[in-house]
Amino acid sequence: MSYVLIIGAKSDIAKATAREYAKYGYDLYLAARNSEELEEFAKDIITRTQRTVKLVELDILDYKSHQAFYDNLEEKPLGVISAIGYLGEQEKAQSDFSEAQQIIDTNYTGVVSLFNITADDFEKRRSGFIVGISSVAGDRGRKSNYIYGSAKAALAAYLSGLRNRLYDAQVHVLTVKPGFVATKMTEDMDLPEKLTAQPEKVAEDIYNAQQKGKNVLYTKWIWKWVMLIIRNIPEFQFKKMSI
Amino acid sequence: MSLMSWGMYPKIKNTVFKFDKEATLKQIIDTHDELIPYGNGRSYGDSALSSNIINIRPKDYFIDFDEESGLLHVQAGVLLSEILESYVPRGWFLKVTPGTKLITIGGAIASDIHGKNHHVEGCFSECVQEFNIMLADGEVVTCSKEATPALFKATCGGMGLTGIILDAKIYLKKINSQYIDQTTIKTKNLKETFDAFEEYSDKPYSVAWIDCLAKGNKIGKCLLMVGDFRDDGKLDYKKKNQLSIPFNFPSFALNNWSVRAFNWLYYGKVKERVSKQRVDIDTFFYPLDAIGHWNRIYGKNGFTQYQFILPKETSYEGLEEILTAISKSGKGSFLAVLKLYGKANDNWLSFPIEGYSLALDFKIEKGLFELLDKLDEIVVKYEGRIYLTKDVRVSKETFEKGYPHIETFRQYRKENKMDSKFQSHQSKRVGI
Repeated sequence: MSYVLIIGAKSDIAKATAREYAKYGYDLYLAARNSEELEEFAKDIITRTQRTVKLVELDILDYKSHQAFYDNLEEKPLGVISAIGYLGEQEKAQSDFSEAQQIIDTNYTGVVSLFNITADDFEKRRSGFIVGISSVAGDRGRKSNYIYGSAKAALAAYLSGLRNRLYDAQVHVLTVKPGFVATKMTEDMDLPEKLTAQPEKVAEDIYNAQQKGKNVLYTKWIWKWVMLIIRNIPEFQFKKMSI
Repeated sequence: MSLMSWGMYPKIKNTVFKFDKEATLKQIIDTHDELIPYGNGRSYGDSALSSNIINIRPKDYFIDFDEESGLLHVQAGVLLSEILESYVPRGWFLKVTPGTKLITIGGAIASDIHGKNHHVEGCFSECVQEFNIMLADGEVVTCSKEATPALFKATCGGMGLTGIILDAKIYLKKINSQYIDQTTIKTKNLKETFDAFEEYSDKPYSVAWIDCLAKGNKIGKCLLMVGDFRDDGKLDYKKKNQLSIPFNFPSFALNNWSVRAFNWLYYGKVKERVSKQRVDIDTFFYPLDAIGHWNRIYGKNGFTQYQFILPKETSYEGLEEILTAISKSGKGSFLAVLKLYGKANDNWLSFPIEGYSLALDFKIEKGLFELLDKLDEIVVKYEGRIYLTKDVRVSKETFEKGYPHIETFRQYRKENKMDSKFQSHQSKRVGI
């Protein structure tokens, strides 16, 4: 058994992570909607590494399809990594619930649905790893993106519980909290260079943390300290701030 | 944020475009001028700087590889380092590589780069089977030496001024080790250096490090390093951890005395006249890549590299005169790299000709450009030429004198309406 399943495989972090795992000898299932758009990328990995890469169709919001999706994987994966993320538009989500729901369901509900299924399988097999990409935005709600942040916070709590549940089965769960990352999602933002990671760096950090069995990973590392400070600002002060 | 070149000089405001699909690129070309492609920003001067920059680095897919012939098909933004990481363990190496692996395939073609084996394998274009390029009218042409000779000769070494290279097929060469048997020869003066180059000319790789601050009868003393791949089957090539210079050093950190000390240590480390070492690919080919952002040691004002080549017949006299002039000026250069090149190719702007080339780094400071103008005069006098990939200041007159095909190149650009679309800060300065 040699496959790693990456869901949300079209994101820049997912692609960098896919390359990283292939480099270290893993075969890949890349799951996304319209997965045929990943054909050239799959060929890239194959040409670089001679690994096997299979594209699989997955709609993270079509919860009912998830069990069949997983059952149809010929060889069950060694581990699963979710790079699903939908930032959405905060202001729109405040007044248009369908936007809020899409943010919540993509970042949280859909991932829970899929992870529940893989967790059961891994627990039975008593092996495997689960990597969920949350966000530093989930560490404290801020007016600029609290709907996205709350979904990511929920995911972080879910992963923490899952880690606790699967500990006895020796299934490892890693929570990843990226800070700013230079990707398509953040392309139009003016990000501070020193705090911004390249997707390749995030991928490298994820691989190392997963291999070492770390529980929570902040990437870049400096975000661990930035968020420590932000979490500790007293609420009476925090509510007046604009950060 | 504006992009800079490796020399961090000049700083020019620019808009950076990226593209995913060819249609997007065509639209960018249709609606803008003063465009220039930009790879990984490793050319030293202003050849990839313009008000509108097309960043090709994100186009980094590997497309195919033929195990039989060693033909590799990649997009133009792929770095040489990425090729090495994937293919050295499988027993393949680049036929031609420059002194850094952190350049893109597109950049390698546009500069028609060369390496320590130029006297054997020639320039990068020798290993290029074909490439796809989008021209000024948005048409994508598959270019090869046989099918489209004029476009090939204009594009290889053409500094990105003929269009945007999208992908390329290049031949790799078989190796059976990631180690090189290196011989280091220590010489006492220019005469000995030239003799050593001739004596070891059968070695596929050779390069010399010259102490530019040496005076009098010591002028031209060097460490010549020659080598060839071993045959021990050890191909365990891995990416090494990298040190990095975290910020710009203060401008005074590099001065005559610190460079003198460095040169003394570097040269003094080698005791015997001839010594042998076993070194790995990264140590032999890419010593400077081990230090990230090493350009920052020159301070925030930036630096430049002055690289010229003289025909073999005039090399000795010319180098003696130039080295004397540099030594007198007291302007330090950490790195002065001397190499004997093989025959020139047919490409209109490729730099190499048969003769000796010297490359020197200088920090940008008062009086530097005056010194370089003086060196230009000597280069012209001895019928040499300047390397555009490193250059940031050469005049149109000096540049033209070195390149006999310059009018053909200009004419070709004009006929194909490339001159009104693709321009760099450098192309405007030297009038190409």
